[in-house]
Amino acid sequence: MHLIPNLLFALLLIVGVGIFVKNIKKIIRNIKLGKAIDRSDNADKRWKNMLLVAFGQSKMVSRPLSGILHIIVYAGFIIINIEVIEILIDGLFGTHRIFKFAGPLYTFLIGSFEILAFMVFVSVIIFWMRRMVIRVPRFWNKEMTSWPKNDALNILYFEMVLMSLFIIMNATDTAFQQLNAGNPISQFVTPLFSNFSVDSLHFIERAAWWIHVIGIFIFLNYLYYSKHLHILLAFPNTFYANLNPKGQLDNLESVTNEVKLMMDPNANPYAAPLEDAVPSKFGASDVTDLTWVQLMNAYTCTECGRCTSVCPANITGKELSPRAIMMKTRDRLEEVGKIIDQKGSFENEGKQLLNDYITPEELWACTSCNACVEACPVNINPLSIIMDMRRFLVMEQSAAPQELNVMMTNIENNGAPWQYSQMDRLNWKDE
Amino acid sequence: MNVPTMAEMMAQGKQPEVLFWVGCAGSYDDRAKKITKAFVKILNNAKVEFAVLGTEESCSGDPAKRSGNEFLFQMQAMTNIEILNAYEIKKIVTACPHCYNTLKNEYPELGGKYEVIHHTELLQSLINDGRLKIEGGSFKGQRITFHDPCYLGRANDVYEAPRELLEKMEVELVEMNRCKSNGLCCGAGGAQMFKEAEKGTNEIFIERTDEALSTKSSIIATGCPFCNTMITDGVKNANKENEVQVLDIAEMIVSANKL
Ligand code: SF4
Ligand code: SF4
Repeated sequence: MHLIPNLLFALLLIVGVGIFVKNIKKIIRNIKLGKAIDRSDNADKRWKNMLLVAFGQSKMVSRPLSGILHIIVYAGFIIINIEVIEILIDGLFGTHRIFKFAGPLYTFLIGSFEILAFMVFVSVIIFWMRRMVIRVPRFWNKEMTSWPKNDALNILYFEMVLMSLFIIMNATDTAFQQLNAGNPISQFVTPLFSNFSVDSLHFIERAAWWIHVIGIFIFLNYLYYSKHLHILLAFPNTFYANLNPKGQLDNLESVTNEVKLMMDPNANPYAAPLEDAVPSKFGASDVTDLTWVQLMNAYTCTECGRCTSVCPANITGKELSPRAIMMKTRDRLEEVGKIIDQKGSFENEGKQLLNDYITPEELWACTSCNACVEACPVNINPLSIIMDMRRFLVMEQSAAPQELNVMMTNIENNGAPWQYSQMDRLNWKDE
Repeated sequence: MNVPTMAEMMAQGKQPEVLFWVGCAGSYDDRAKKITKAFVKILNNAKVEFAVLGTEESCSGDPAKRSGNEFLFQMQAMTNIEILNAYEIKKIVTACPHCYNTLKNEYPELGGKYEVIHHTELLQSLINDGRLKIEGGSFKGQRITFHDPCYLGRANDVYEAPRELLEKMEVELVEMNRCKSNGLCCGAGGAQMFKEAEKGTNEIFIERTDEALSTKSSIIATGCPFCNTMITDGVKNANKENEVQVLDIAEMIVSANKL
């Protein structure tokens, strides 16, 4: 009889972590659908970036209020999780506050957790108000309806509940309160329960403990469906982020080979292509044409909208929103993942990222200004996806806007985007 | 105007200190040509041994690449690289941030490895080396704002060179809210210069120019021929062309020093 809670807890742990691992594997599988790109260079710089940007949240504070609040929630999340170690041991072995033997250190820790929990609670309320009362515009763009909006709110509610449960659990732990140490917050909550019997106090304490534990497991498994995945992926994402100057676009290697052949006067035009006889596809029309880094970007996106709020195209009312580019990429990738789940491999069902998710109108509105890349707190690069999709439109479909075709024809014919003769290039000198 | 070409230099067996990459806008666009000439005036004044490619120069390929036409870009790049390498060019300066970015970042992988600098960077080093002097001159104390070209600023992290030059001219620099790494695009990048904008509620160049005008500056300074065009249009749109000038830093130096 005595063992039932322990077994129940063990079962919960196995199921909770089991499903989580299964989902993580799915994410890794989906990310690996992306094309290869080498990001193994410069490990020092990458570690530094990860420490600074993901762990140190350096880019968050460019907007001080939300940045500092986020750091509180984030620090709270990490530090209060130390308490989860105790919860795990207590749960598995039926102990109660196993670390209590540490005496003052223990009460000091629990006390700090309480203060943090309270700060997290307040921050989360402010976050909620920014979304729902102040209505900060970037939370109300048109891609932020239905699930994305509810997702953001769910996370806030989750945090509020988890933090409250932690405090209630401490407040109703009579023995703990009698120590009168380590309870800087919960001591003010205890009086609320002053006319409860010892038994019901104990019951509430246990209930809070269990709901807290179950809540953690639900939250863990909620990540997969949520923008909250960033708490894990922000780390690899910042590690593998682009280290080159932001203005530098990659040069397509497949194109380099062909151009070299075309320009080589000694090349035999009738020679059979040497390597891959299968003509490679230029640019991206679906998620499988993107690199694994771009796909990881999509899963990492926090949907914060900092990118969209600085995007010149979006600011001036164009269809384009860099956040939506990332969200649509993730949605499409999830869809491809589901097809693989069902059929064992990816068979195209007639849909693709281009047109069915992202329209040419969005793609052509981009000025390649890199404001989105600069603003992203987790080093996501929406511009790289836009550029790869433009490449597909132009090189595979010749579907550039007419004026751009004119511009390109000019470059081809006379080496300038306008119709001037190359022979007139130095005329300015004598004008 | 003394503008030697590489071919002439070569014929005399000389190698210039730096190649001035003029760019398409700088060669053909009426407004941008003035910037080109202003820069040449400074180079001559500072006795910099420079040369241009002249009719051997061709589009860097930036607008093609950013339109998605990697083929055309690489053809342009390789043609240019062939010529640059044949002349054994080591150092390139340009007044166009788009050429600057492409030559500096995208050419090396295709075989074109040069030291590439923006003209504001060259001007700054000329001053530091004592080869060019700027006295406060006519801009002293004037309210001036600087628009960061995306391809100079965010794309390549050059924010200080143009500002230091402004400081040397003793202007009162008033920053816009969105400046430096938060600067707002003028709307021309990514080949937008060559097409109508997509449907929206406002034009990017108007959004940006209005912000610049709100600083109540008499001059909007910039360092890119395309930004210059866009913001000039924005100033016209606001009917302020009689009160507010849009100038390149090089032009400002020329008129401050009456070169
Ligand atoms: S690079 Fe494109 S998508 Fe990103 S902010 Fe600039 S215009 Fe918007
Ligand atoms: S791409 Fe980055 S800045 Fe944009 S919404 Fe996602 S996380 Fe936020």
